[in-house]
Amino acid sequence: MSSFWSIWITVITLGTIIGCFLLLRWCLSNKTGVPEGEDMHHEYDGILEINNQLPRWWTIMFYATIVWGFLYFILYPGLGSFEGVLGWKSSNQDIRSLAESEQARIDAKANGDIVQYDRELDFAEERFAPIFAAYAKQPIESLAQDPEALKVGQRLFSQNCSQCHGSDARGQRGFPNLTDNDWLYGGTPAKITETLTLGRQAAMPAQLAAMGEQGIEEVVAYALSLSGRQVDPDLKEKGKVRFAICSACHGPDGKGNQALGAPNLTDNIWLYGGSHKAVTETLTYGRNGVMPSFKKTLGEEKIHLVAAYVYSLSQDK
Amino acid sequence: MKNAHEIIEKNVGLLTILILVAISLGAMVEITPLMFQQQTMKPVDGLEPYTALEMEGRDIYIREGCVGCHSQMIRPFRAETERYGHYSVAGESVWEHPFLWGSKRTGPDLARVGGRYSDEWHRVHLRNPRDVVPESNMPGFPWLFENQLSGELTAKKLAVFRDFGVPYTDEDIAGAKAAVEGKYEIDALVAYLQSLGTALK
Repeated sequence: MSSFWSIWITVITLGTIIGCFLLLRWCLSNKTGVPEGEDMHHEYDGILEINNQLPRWWTIMFYATIVWGFLYFILYPGLGSFEGVLGWKSSNQDIRSLAESEQARIDAKANGDIVQYDRELDFAEERFAPIFAAYAKQPIESLAQDPEALKVGQRLFSQNCSQCHGSDARGQRGFPNLTDNDWLYGGTPAKITETLTLGRQAAMPAQLAAMGEQGIEEVVAYALSLSGRQVDPDLKEKGKVRFAICSACHGPDGKGNQALGAPNLTDNIWLYGGSHKAVTETLTYGRNGVMPSFKKTLGEEKIHLVAAYVYSLSQDK
Repeated sequence: MKNAHEIIEKNVGLLTILILVAISLGAMVEITPLMFQQQTMKPVDGLEPYTALEMEGRDIYIREGCVGCHSQMIRPFRAETERYGHYSVAGESVWEHPFLWGSKRTGPDLARVGGRYSDEWHRVHLRNPRDVVPESNMPGFPWLFENQLSGELTAKKLAVFRDFGVPYTDEDIAGAKAAVEGKYEIDALVAYLQSLGTALK
C-alpha cells in the first residue's frame, strides 16, 4: 500500500474516533439555557420534555468503545500499512500463484507472524499428518482389512467421489460401479491408485460416418450377442465381419482391454446401458467418459486411503 | 452557541447532509483505497479473459440465478479449503463485472469447480441433478439443452468488458459471434463452469 493511502486511511480512521469523542463531550455539556432536570417547554399530548443528561451507563459504554477502538488498532492491522503489534492476520493476501501462496506461508513463519489460516493448517497437520503417514507406509491390500483406515477412506470417498460414483459406490449410467469387481482400467491397488492420481479419458469414437446406420445396426446385433442375447442371426453374422474395427480396442473376442479402458462386452455389464437403443447410441455418437485427476485435490497420502477403500469394496466378490 | 443541536434537529436538509458525510467516512476508508491497490487490481498470473462461449455461459449462470444458491468465494478456513481447494484471492476476480461471489450456500461453493467433474457429469447433472446426486434439491435445467445461442450480442459483451479493462483483442471480439453461434446453452454453461477457479496455478 502506498504511503498516501496509508496516511489517508489512518487520518480518517483516527479522526473519526477522535471526532466521536469530541461529539460526546459536546453533547454532555448543557447548552440549552435550561437548567438540568427542568421543563424544556415542549409538550405533546400531555407528555413533557425534561432537560436530562445522557444516561450514565450509555456514556460509559460510548467511552469504552472508543478505548476499545484504539486498543484494536494498536494490536491488529487496520491503520493503513501498520500491521499491528501482534503481527496477526487472517490469511496471506496478495497472492498471484500457488507457489507464491506456499512461499508466503514460509515467510510468515520465518517472521513469526500469526497467520490464523496457517495456524489452522499447522494444527491439523500436527494431529493428522502422523496418521496419514502411518497409513501411507502400509500396502493397500492390508489397509483394505483395517476398519479404521477404511473409515477414513470412506469419508474421503463421500466427499470427493460420491457425486459421480454414488454414496454406495455403485455408480450409475455413465459412471462405473466400483463394487462389482468389473474394471475398465484394472482393479489392482496400483491401477486404482493410478486412476485416482492421473485421471482417465475414455475415447469410444463415433461410428456413424464409418459404418452408416445399417452397419451400426449389424454391429449392435453382434455386440449384444456377445453377452448371450438373442439377436437376428443374419445381422449378427454381418456385424461380426464389421467388428474387426472394434476389435482393435475391445479385442477379437470382445473381452475388452484394460490398458485402453475398453470395456468387456461379453459380461452383460453396461456402463451406458445395455438396451438395443443405448448400445446403438453408443456406437452412433461415441462415448468419452472422463475420470478427473485427484492428484492436486487429495495428494498422494489421501489417494492411498481412497484407493484402499475402493479396493476393499469388491474384495468379497 | 445556544442549543445548536436544535438547528440540526429542525432542519431535515442539513440533517441529511450531515448523515451522508458521516456514513461516507466509512466508504472513504473501506472502499476507495481498494480501487487503487495492486492486491485488488492486478490479476493472478494465470488469469485469462473468458472465451466468448464462457462469457455466454456466465450470462446464463446469472440468468438462471445460480448465484442465489451457489457462492464463488472460498474463505481462508481449513474446513473450506479441504473441500474446495485454495481460498479465493482478490487477483482472481479483477475481471469480473459484476463479481458473482454470492453469499448463500444452499449448494456447494463453485469458485474452483473447474476440472472437478467431467463435462458429461455436468450435462447429466444440469438436466436432472438427482440422476447423479439422489439427495440433491437443485432444480433441473432441461431447456439449456434445447436453446441455441444466436451470438447476436456476444461481440458487444466482450467489447463492453474490454471497456472495463479486460484485455480482449480485436480478433476476440470479431470472432465472438462465430465462436458461439449455433451452440447450445448447456455447452456455454459447462464451458463457464469448467473455467472457474483454474487461474490460480
